[in-house]
This record gives sequence, structure tokens and C-alpha cells, in this order.
Amino acid sequence: MATPRPSVPKRLAGEVPATLAHVDAAEWTEAARVVHDAGGRLVALWGADRRPQEDAFSIFAAYATAEGLAVVDLAVPAASPAYPDLSGLFAPAGRMQRALRDLLGAEADGAEDARPWLRHGAWDAGEFPLRRDFDPAAPRAGRLEPYPFVRVEGDGVHEIPVGPIHAGIIEPGHFRFSIVGEKVLRLEERLGYTHKGVDRRFGDFTVAEGYRLAGRCSGDSTVAYAWAYAQAAESVLAVVVPPRARWLRALMLEGERIANHLGDLGALGNDAAFALALAQFSRLREDWLRAAGEIFGHRLMMDAVVPGGTACDPGERHVRSMAALADAVEREARELRDIFDEHSGLQDRFIGTGRVRPELARALGLVGLAARASGQALDLRVDFPAEPYGALAVRKCVSGAGDVAARVRVRFEELFESLRLVRAIVDGMPPGEVRVDLPEAAPGAFGVGWVEGWRGEVLVAIEAGEGGRIRRAHAHDPSWQNWPLIEHAIMGNIVPDFPLINKSFNLSYSGADG
Amino acid sequence: MIPIMLKILRTGIVTEPAPPPREEWRTRAAGIQDEVLALLGRALVIREVDAGSCNGCELEIHAVNNPYYNLEGLGIRFAASPRHADMLLVTGPVTRNMEQALRIAYEAMPEPRLVVAVGDCGRDGGIFGEGYATCGGVAKVLPVDVSIPGCPPPPLAILEGILAAVAARGDP
Repeated sequence: MATPRPSVPKRLAGEVPATLAHVDAAEWTEAARVVHDAGGRLVALWGADRRPQEDAFSIFAAYATAEGLAVVDLAVPAASPAYPDLSGLFAPAGRMQRALRDLLGAEADGAEDARPWLRHGAWDAGEFPLRRDFDPAAPRAGRLEPYPFVRVEGDGVHEIPVGPIHAGIIEPGHFRFSIVGEKVLRLEERLGYTHKGVDRRFGDFTVAEGYRLAGRCSGDSTVAYAWAYAQAAESVLAVVVPPRARWLRALMLEGERIANHLGDLGALGNDAAFALALAQFSRLREDWLRAAGEIFGHRLMMDAVVPGGTACDPGERHVRSMAALADAVEREARELRDIFDEHSGLQDRFIGTGRVRPELARALGLVGLAARASGQALDLRVDFPAEPYGALAVRKCVSGAGDVAARVRVRFEELFESLRLVRAIVDGMPPGEVRVDLPEAAPGAFGVGWVEGWRGEVLVAIEAGEGGRIRRAHAHDPSWQNWPLIEHAIMGNIVPDFPLINKSFNLSYSGADG
Repeated sequence: MIPIMLKILRTGIVTEPAPPPREEWRTRAAGIQDEVLALLGRALVIREVDAGSCNGCELEIHAVNNPYYNLEGLGIRFAASPRHADMLLVTGPVTRNMEQALRIAYEAMPEPRLVVAVGDCGRDGGIFGEGYATCGGVAKVLPVDVSIPGCPPPPLAILEGILAAVAARGDP
């Protein structure tokens, strides 16, 4: 080993309460058990090639514990990269381990499902894009391979294959329904169609530049990703961001939450044949995006959060205008909620549809707004508040019902809470600088970012290389945790309710495909 | 029912009116219907395909259907099947995992068919470039009539690009 690898957890610099520990295989398994028994969660699992510094691969697991984020790093020999399976303790590990095998060729010993996940045949089974000796520019035939779906057999059972191209303006993925009549017996998802090689691509950027790529992992969560990236970069560089920049970031993150809830509430009404909802909410969303475009220079606020602060300071007049818009949107959204609540046809479609019970949500490690709609009171803004959230006393919006109606209710509650936060942030916004200069990253420095986006928790991890470049980085989308839940939520429902159930989660394909 | 009627009445029609001439995009937007009818003899039908975008372009394509831009009011609508479409509107750098599906959708369209690549990724792969997982833009896979720049392009740029494709195909 080129560098000593102490197994004592080391506190990482920066905004996120996080530790890093280098472990051996026994400690890896023990850490997983301790976290599991204490009620902790697996946030992300990824890997990296440590060559040429060491003849090894790193397998990383990030856990949410009562104290914060605990990252463990297991070094495995490059010649035989295998590590103990985590899917027995943490259900979301299953697909992440399959992705890790496709990208790095590291095997989870004892995992049940050995099918590929991200590799559809665009590169050969014997090549691994995250290995140093992989040539990303080499010509490849790229023959797509057939995928062995699980077959359901019995009298009258048949299959409906859907996708990867779906009927609407949505991201691609494949859903295989096994049905009897209209009733869904089983749904199997196959994703990975939007895999763009993000983890590999990070290596082409410096630590200071990589925020642009992070902000394009999932466009609807660009602020959450860019903030998580900035946290990780600032942890690597050991820089402290000015207070005004932190408050502006929170203004943008809540703005992103508001824009997405407005869009999805309209789409949810529309999927239950209530077109008025789409017309009204898409109008409010457009008002919001136009204001964001004027204030932050981009309708979705892409590239507005940068390592070291924010790209611009919109100034007092613009900042104050957000509060006035929040008032106007709240007035209309409250009228629309009353219309939703009193519309029996809509409620008939929402109530009892796509139910995920709290026990299942907990067992499968659900995160974000979908978790809160199934009774899991998780919200990083409350549990581990970064400035300014500690001063804002964010209210967790939780419902125990777990059906589409509960997810609609939580979205309305979070919309109103975020509108309140926008006003509070505008009132409390401190003056001062919004950006600090960045030093060059020290090779080997490691940092993480962890942000509660509108969909759930986004994690970014960065390790710096020579000359300020990124040696390795990983971006994790909360959709990894939540996609498998849809397979459960649809069971026993009818096929026509699938779009409604799917939209009530509105998970990211691009974010999870990486 | 009464609150719904009141909401509709109070909101009124927000679709933005015909433009002052100095605003170029509005002039073009207002002219779309006539040009479409003159060139195609009927309304334009679009099939949108996400070939691996980050979903930012999809958000802005959705926005052209909102009441402010009111795309359907201009005689343009989105179809579920490429067999019903005149135009393929493609986003993303075209991931290798979507390349085949994109080709199949294109082959399913009747002639003449227009292809519009949306956004910097659709134009040349954008920030993702060309690599083991991405083809590096729609033109690497299909003949492209118009590429709309932007990350993502705002709704009006998307409208302008759709029109530009229709107008280009009408040239002798």
C-alpha cells in the first residue's frame, strides 16, 4: 500500500457531518450490521479504481446514521475485486451492486441477482468503464443483449412490455407488466437507458469545474446536485462559503422544490383526467420559472450554484421580488388545493391507489418525499441542517397513508412550507460577498456533499487528483432507493393507474442511470 | 363545480397575444400556423424522443404546451406513436443504450419526416460529449434538419426551431 489506511473514522471538513473510514472485509460487514441494527440507512454504494497509486479498487458505502453520514472505504485487490454483499441488510444495495459490477467489475459475494443493470451490450461483459485501462474512445459494435425478465406463469397471465420510449414526453425506461385482465400481478423495471457515463466523465474536469456536469445528472434537480457537488468540492478544498451565498443557495433549492411540485401537481391532476389542474399549475410553474430566469439568469437555475459560493448576486430588489411572487403563488395554490379536495372524481382516483405501507417503506429504504408520504420522517434540512436551515425551523411534512393521495397531500404541504421558507429566506438574507476564491485541490483529498433535493437526498463524493483535477467522483440520485418501490406500489392495481402512480413518485431515470 | 368555474373565469385566457414586430421570436411564433398549413397542408404532429437527456429539455418541451405558449393553439401537437408523426423531436446526447430505440422510432415514421435535435446535448453531445456510453449528438445517428442550441433551450427557442425545420423542408 502506498499510503497508510487507518480504520479509525476521520471527520471530513465541510458543511456535511460526515466521516470516512478505511475498512477491511470483516469491518465492512460489521459496519453494515451495526448501522442496520441501529436503524440507519444505506445512502449510496459505488466504486473506484485506485491504480496507479495502489494496486486495488475502492468499494465505498455511505450510510445515514444518527450522527450524520458515515462513509466506509473497502480496498479490494485489483486482480480479484470482490466484497461482501450488502443487499441482505439493505434492499437498495441490490441494483447499486449490479451497476458497480457493470462499471468496475467488482463482485458482491453472495448477491442473488447476477444480471447486468447499466450494461445493455454497448460495451462487452469483460470490459469495465471505470477501470484505468478502459479506453472510452475505442470503437465498439454495441449490440444490445436480450434481458432475462422474470416470467409469471398461470392461467390467463400475459405480459405488457412498455418502453424504453413511452407514450408521453418523458424519460426512457422499460416496464414489463405481468397481468390478469386489468390487474397487475407483477411489474419488473429495466432501467439504464439514459446511462451517460457520468462517473467516468467527471475525470475530464477539475474540482472547480465539475459542478456543471453534476448539475446535469438530473435536470429537474440541478440545484440540489450543484449544491451537493459544491459541498463536496468545498470539503476537498477546505474553503468556507460566505453566509449570503448559503442563503442564496437555500433560496434556489426551495425555488426548485416549488417549481417541481407545481409541475407535478398539475400532471397528477391531468393523469386523473382533470385537465384544469394541468392548465392552472403549468401556468403557475411558468410564472415561477420566468422569475427564476430573471433573478438567477437561468429558468432552471443551472450553473447558479458553484464551488465557493454562487455564480451571481441578484441584488436586493430581485431577491425581494421572490417573496411577492411566493405570496401570489400561495394564494392560487390554496384555491387549487380546495378544488382538488372537493373533487370527488379526483379523490376517487387518488385514495388507496399505489399504496406503500410504512413498514415496507422502512424495509426497502425509501427516501425523500415518497418516504415522508409513507410515514418515514426523514428530511436532511431538519435532521442535519446546513446553514441557513438551522435558523429556519423547517417543518417535516409527513403522512402515514402511503397512497397517491398521501403523496399529493405531502406535495401540497411541502409547496406551502417552501413558499414560507422563501419568504423567511428573503427576510433573513445577510449582506456580503457571495463567492470566495478557490485554492488548488490537494491530491488525494476526499469530500462529500449531501443535500435534500425536492425528490430526496442527493449525494456527491469527490476525490482530487493531480493539478486540481478530479481523480474520482460519484453522484447518487435518490431514485436508486425509490424505483424498486414502484414495483411494489403497483401490485394489485389496474394498468390504467400506472401512469398516475408513477407520476406521484416522479423518479429520475437520468439521475439513477448515471 | 362553482369554485372550478370561478377559477376558470378569474384566470381568463393567458395565452400571449400577437407580438409587436420588433420581437422577432413572437413574429415567428404568430406565423407558425400559416406556414405549417402552407407547407404541410395540415397540422404538424410531433413525436418526442428522449435519447438520454438529463430531463431538463423535457421540462422545457412540456412548457411549450402550457397556456402561455399554447402550442396546440398553433396547430401543433404531440403524438404517442411515431407512425402518426411528421417530426421527431430528439433530446439528449443519444446514449448507446437508446441508439437502437431511436432508430426504430425514426424508421416507423411516414415520409416526409423531419428531425429536430433539441439542446446542446442533441446538437453535439453537450457536456457528455462522445464516449463509451454516448454517441455525441443526434446527427451521429439520424439526418437532422435543425439543431436548437441551449441547455436547455427555453420554450420560445424550441418553438423557433420547430418552425425553422418546417420552413427549411419547404425550400426548393
